Amino acid sequence: MTLVPLVVAVPLLAAAVLAAFGHFAPSRLDNAVAIAVTAAVTVISTVLVFRSSDETIHYWFGGWRPRSGIAIGISFSVDPLVASIAALVGALATAALIVSWDYFAERVPPYFHVLVLVFVGAMVGFVLSSDLFNMFVFFELMSVPAYALTGYRIEQQSALQGAINFAVVNSIGAFMLLTGIGLLYGRTGALNLAQIGQVLSRGPADGLVIVAFTLICAGFLTKAGAIPFHFWLSDAYAVAPAPVCILFAGVMSDLGVHGVGRVYWDAFSGVFARHAAAVTGVFVAVGLATALFGALLAFVQAGLKRMLAFIVISHVGVFLAAIGLLDALGLAGATLLVVADGFAKGAVFCAVASLARRTGHTDELAAHGLGRQLPVTRVLFAVGGVALAVLPPLAILGGHAWLRATFVVTSALTGAAVLRAGARIFLGFGPKRDPLLVAPPRGEEAEVPPTPRAGALLWTPGVLLLAAGLAVAFAPGLAQRAADQAARAVDRPALAAETLHGVPAPPREAGGLSPVRYAYGAAAGLLAVSLAALGLYRRRIPGLVERPLDCLKLLHDGVVGDYVAWLTAGTAVLGVLFAFLLRDGP
Amino acid sequence: MSFLPYALAAWLFFVGLYGIVTSRHFVHLVICLGVTQSSTYVLLLAIGYRTGKKAPIFTSGVPVKVGAVDPVVQALTLTDIVVGVTVAALLLALVIEIWKRAGTVDPDELRRNRT
Repeated sequence: MTLVPLVVAVPLLAAAVLAAFGHFAPSRLDNAVAIAVTAAVTVISTVLVFRSSDETIHYWFGGWRPRSGIAIGISFSVDPLVASIAALVGALATAALIVSWDYFAERVPPYFHVLVLVFVGAMVGFVLSSDLFNMFVFFELMSVPAYALTGYRIEQQSALQGAINFAVVNSIGAFMLLTGIGLLYGRTGALNLAQIGQVLSRGPADGLVIVAFTLICAGFLTKAGAIPFHFWLSDAYAVAPAPVCILFAGVMSDLGVHGVGRVYWDAFSGVFARHAAAVTGVFVAVGLATALFGALLAFVQAGLKRMLAFIVISHVGVFLAAIGLLDALGLAGATLLVVADGFAKGAVFCAVASLARRTGHTDELAAHGLGRQLPVTRVLFAVGGVALAVLPPLAILGGHAWLRATFVVTSALTGAAVLRAGARIFLGFGPKRDPLLVAPPRGEEAEVPPTPRAGALLWTPGVLLLAAGLAVAFAPGLAQRAADQAARAVDRPALAAETLHGVPAPPREAGGLSPVRYAYGAAAGLLAVSLAALGLYRRRIPGLVERPLDCLKLLHDGVVGDYVAWLTAGTAVLGVLFAFLLRDGP
Repeated sequence: MSFLPYALAAWLFFVGLYGIVTSRHFVHLVICLGVTQSSTYVLLLAIGYRTGKKAPIFTSGVPVKVGAVDPVVQALTLTDIVVGVTVAALLLALVIEIWKRAGTVDPDELRRNRT
């Protein structure tokens, strides 16, 4: 009896049951059932982390194992790295459902819980899949509930607009992904990642392989929100209800980065082996641009949800660069910190939910000083802000000093944005007006009517999430174990032999990790506090930043056609870069 | 095999994208999204097509003589169609709500309302 299929099957079945019978039960009961299911997903995934620590679990649906090295069935491959992301999904969903208990003023319709459960099942399925088409199916299955949850506040025009932008841009990303998958299938006759990797590694990196790689990357990076595929993200996250944002910001975007990493290592690392430096160059460049851009725009937002959306973008850039370093340390750092940072982002969103419920505002300037009555939320917000600065630099376990220094600055900016907003809202520091800050579009922030009584259910999950995130980031020896696991995941030939022929891959050990990364994290934390103070008390905006910032703000105009044009242009640039850098000579 | 289906797939993809980028009406935009998606159907079916082979329908007792076109891509296409219908239905529902709230379904018009 294996536990692997349960993490996907249980939430999907529970969603079906709730969809059928949820209307007849009180809303609280539906919510309790959903919480029980997501908690079960968390527990099972955590068990899988330990069960798979000695060898990767390959689960073949229906018992269709590979015959003589040919995969005929569909498989999940579970190692501790992906299982920990699955556990993150479950934990964030549990927190989101607990927060939703007190957050919504009205009766929550059963379809809300159904959508969350389908979303959770699909995200878990996506991270566990080692089959390309299965990944596409789960990619779509997690997208559709996400569109619907974004538009949950159907009476708000901005929510509808955000949901439409999200759905259109992500659908096009999915079509690109599918086109890439189709091309790969035409070349290799396989959908299993290990088998695709085996076939590709025997041939040259020609035009078709490069086009397929470009399209698959573009599809995943659209979900991740890397530049210039990110425009939909701030529109969608800003309008989704805060409990849903816990899931969106905590894990959904990072799954796109995970997809890029998994597909590169399992399928393309053999055929591009001679060009690994070029792939690194492109991924790190995109990651740097994304981290910088997201951090700058986060720092100038007054609306907390939009600010956090840009923080998500910025951190995705860091993780993309970490994976783009294309070694075991990069993969380990990215995975471990995706989990830790996901907990921290979820915790900050819990604080935002608590603030919104109590004061009715999530706008930094409008809520100036209103948060003084919320002692726990205040601490949660502050510690969360520091964590958002400290955690991402810990993900870069290798690479040049200048690269790490740049990510220290971008992460410090994201943490500083949260700390500055927190100081204004919860302590009443600083002026009530700030010409630098962008007010959120009209009607976007007013979400729930304020109540004098803010339940502990809003901030308790946040405290637990933050504790979990800090534990994952700073537990002694955990990073080393993640690096050892990642060393196995990046050994493509051994992993393919294990998947297709049942030859167990040998345990691997990565090199020792230097504790200097904690120094980078500490530097980011200190810089964040200083930048927050600067943001509160500086006299005027330097002209050097003002003009480019205005241009950047103008680009985010909410018109979906423009976003799609950027997506197309970004894919074209990515394709041209790969075509020049990765192609094998004739 | 003919390259025509591949050219058609590429053309559908780009003509659909052009429609989305220049769209002034959300319903038109959703239909253009459908056009873009059709390119993936054509591409998948073209990849699995084998000249002179039959449909992949096998019954017991009847020996397979001429072979069949690839059933895997047909399954992929079916999945793709299901997804496309779901997304289109959801989008059109959102468009109706936008029309009720904003009185317009022009993306550019909505931008002017926004600021």
